[in-house]
Amino acid sequence: MSIPTITVESLNKSFGHRQVLDDVSFRVIPGEMVALIGPSGSGKSTLLRHLVGLTCANRHSGGRVTLMEREIQSAGRLRRARRSERCRTGYIFQQFNLVGRLSVLTNVLIGTLGSMPRLRSLLGRFTDEERQRALACLARVGLEEMVHQRANTLSGGQMQRVAIARVLMQDAEVILADEPIASLDPRSAREVMEILSRIHAEDGRTVVITLHQVDVARRYCHRAIALKDGRLYFDGAIGELTDERLQALYENAGLDELRAGEPSATTPALSAVKNTAPRKVAPAMV
Amino acid sequence: MSTPITHPSLSLPAPRRWTTLLGWFVVISVLSWAWQGAEMRPGLLIENADNMAILAGDFFPPTWGNLSHYIELMLITIQIAIWGTLLAIIVAVPCSLLCSENLVPWWVYQPMRRLMDACRAINELVFAMLFVVAVGLGPFAGTLALFIHATGVLAKLYSEAVEASDAGPREGIRVTGAGRIEEIIFGLIPQVLPLWISVSLYRFESNIRSATVLGMVGGGGIGVALWETMRGFQYAETAAVMLVIIVAVTGLDMASQRLRKRFI
Repeated sequence: MSIPTITVESLNKSFGHRQVLDDVSFRVIPGEMVALIGPSGSGKSTLLRHLVGLTCANRHSGGRVTLMEREIQSAGRLRRARRSERCRTGYIFQQFNLVGRLSVLTNVLIGTLGSMPRLRSLLGRFTDEERQRALACLARVGLEEMVHQRANTLSGGQMQRVAIARVLMQDAEVILADEPIASLDPRSAREVMEILSRIHAEDGRTVVITLHQVDVARRYCHRAIALKDGRLYFDGAIGELTDERLQALYENAGLDELRAGEPSATTPALSAVKNTAPRKVAPAMV
Repeated sequence: MSTPITHPSLSLPAPRRWTTLLGWFVVISVLSWAWQGAEMRPGLLIENADNMAILAGDFFPPTWGNLSHYIELMLITIQIAIWGTLLAIIVAVPCSLLCSENLVPWWVYQPMRRLMDACRAINELVFAMLFVVAVGLGPFAGTLALFIHATGVLAKLYSEAVEASDAGPREGIRVTGAGRIEEIIFGLIPQVLPLWISVSLYRFESNIRSATVLGMVGGGGIGVALWETMRGFQYAETAAVMLVIIVAVTGLDMASQRLRKRFI
């Protein structure tokens, strides 16, 4: 197998006394599209934030994160990196995190700040070539009409597409998406997932998405990594994530969680399987 | 259902009434303590009513002979305020970023905040007296005095806006690989700019008011005329100077207020 794109080794993280991540390890190889699933509070978002260094693991715990052969953090300390290396990873947030008062075009151009000469990036001097590229990225997400609008005038789905265009502008090899569709209506959610899956297929990008909805994960992803109470609960082909395993995963979770997971299939069977479901980690693929 | 709800509400008022009484007691003692310290004697107002009537009479009618001179001085005052505010804005922007706890570690923002506190704590008039010694009599000393004081005020107000800003857009920019300064320029400044502009304009208004007295200690501007006419007991002239100040300050306040409304 080729060199893994993402390597996570025994990651531990606590907020106060609450352990959010408990000895999590996995690898992602180039070109995979991985769904990171689990009930609310299981640590999926925290895990994803560790991958780009937005959050640091516990000190002296020996946890390590490596992306494309570059160490992001080890033992709770961030490694300094050049901008040209950092911009190889794109990140999409649940709350979009665009700059509301800037235009759509400028928000997309921000994706190129990391790879521009320093002086130009500080002055915000973008070249015509960069503008053309930004327009092309916006065209790919279907927003070429709204180039000059302020970002905060867009709908949620449109904002998320601008965020994706920003990642395209970065030309990132790895795309990490943290609940990209959790705050969107069903139609926008489908559009966003279609765009992400197209980028994965056409550009061969490695994609890791945290998802609430298991049916969405099943439709778009080949592999699933599931967390439960901060531990790796399942890691394998999405087909092996059987209904029984899912029920055990979402056991004790709120009703919303179950609805989001499997609208009709699981609810009636829930009580029957509840106590018999396997709790141990399923065989990992890698 | 009703008993468990009414029960706590019955037991609550007792401690509250007690603390309310204590609160009133504290308020009244502070007020009477301050009354003595300030030597408040409202009786004097009535006793000396005749004197005051004579004094007030001296102000009227104002003499308008030197009006053009006073207007000239008022323009200098406005010029002092313009440059004092502008310099303060230029320096306060970086200082405010260094005062914000969401941008820098405590060992940067704590000393920086204390420095800004010091700039704010000392009145413009005191700074003006110091700068008169340093750079000589005249408007430049007044400008520097306004600049130092306003820097302290603006840095605090700016940094409050920065600390109240949303961290999301900055994170969004950080993960694209942009540097810390780009993160601030593109992710933070657009968020806080409307508030910054409004605060700066408000500071300009109050700087004009402060600049009108700087001349009293040698800082240049209309304060010079104020000081000279009052010391010469030419109260009719003083009245003219005061009217010039009132008209100019009111006019600029109104203009700046209009401008501010556009940014909020």
